[in-house]
Amino acid sequence: MQNPRVKLPEKAKAGDVIQVKTLISHVMETGQRKDADGKTIPRKIINAFSAKFAGQEVFSAELFPGISANPYLSFYFKVPGPGEFEFTWVEDGGAQVVQKEKLNVVA
Amino acid sequence: MTQIDSPSALNRRQFAVTGAAAAALALLPSLPALAQQQPEAKPWEELVKKILGDAKPVEGKLTIDMAEIAENGNTVPFTVGVDNPMTDKDYVKAIHLISSANPRPEVAVFRFTPATGVAKAESRMRLVSTQDVIAIAELSDGKFLMVRRPVKVTVGGCGG
Repeated sequence: MQNPRVKLPEKAKAGDVIQVKTLISHVMETGQRKDADGKTIPRKIINAFSAKFAGQEVFSAELFPGISANPYLSFYFKVPGPGEFEFTWVEDGGAQVVQKEKLNVVA
Repeated sequence: MTQIDSPSALNRRQFAVTGAAAAALALLPSLPALAQQQPEAKPWEELVKKILGDAKPVEGKLTIDMAEIAENGNTVPFTVGVDNPMTDKDYVKAIHLISSANPRPEVAVFRFTPATGVAKAESRMRLVSTQDVIAIAELSDGKFLMVRRPVKVTVGGCGG
């Protein structure tokens, strides 16, 4: 679980509905595959994602093995004003990656 | 030259057929057990029931946007969305995505708040084979929307 990437519009105005795009590198091991010796490779996926803006959760997702490797997630957001996003990805076992991004709000 | 079956050969065939029928008859007592297993709900149907409870979903407003033919089942892009206001009083709480033929029916659950402005999300899913993708949207007033769309998969994902 590494290299989280977030794409926000360069500028946004209060009241705009913007698209937020996120991507993170992860194998999303399903728990269905077998290794060369025929042993099942244990499941290891990112099972949760959350997006906060100015400390408030605005969007979240529960993910299952049916989501592709290097999960891409995108959602929309109605800009209330200036603020900072905080994105969190949680892996099976509890490890987390947190990424913060300021939204450039212009008048 | 055409070969003509001798009467004895015919008899042998008849015997074989009768034998097979007898064998099938012998299997009959186990058939009711088989029949009982048939109506059992598939995992994705169980999941749909679990999400809906007693609610009856309606069609419309909820859409799944994805290719009709997915060439690579390892990564199939999709967009789900509900054409519904996103106000504090009336908003889409969640969209559940379900696969009818993957080893596990759950794909993702997206949870929205009125702050999102639009109930729409995008990601990429794995599809093991040609199947249906089902979406269920849960509205703040307790109503449910459901849509189902078939996707043909050329090369399946989740492979070993």
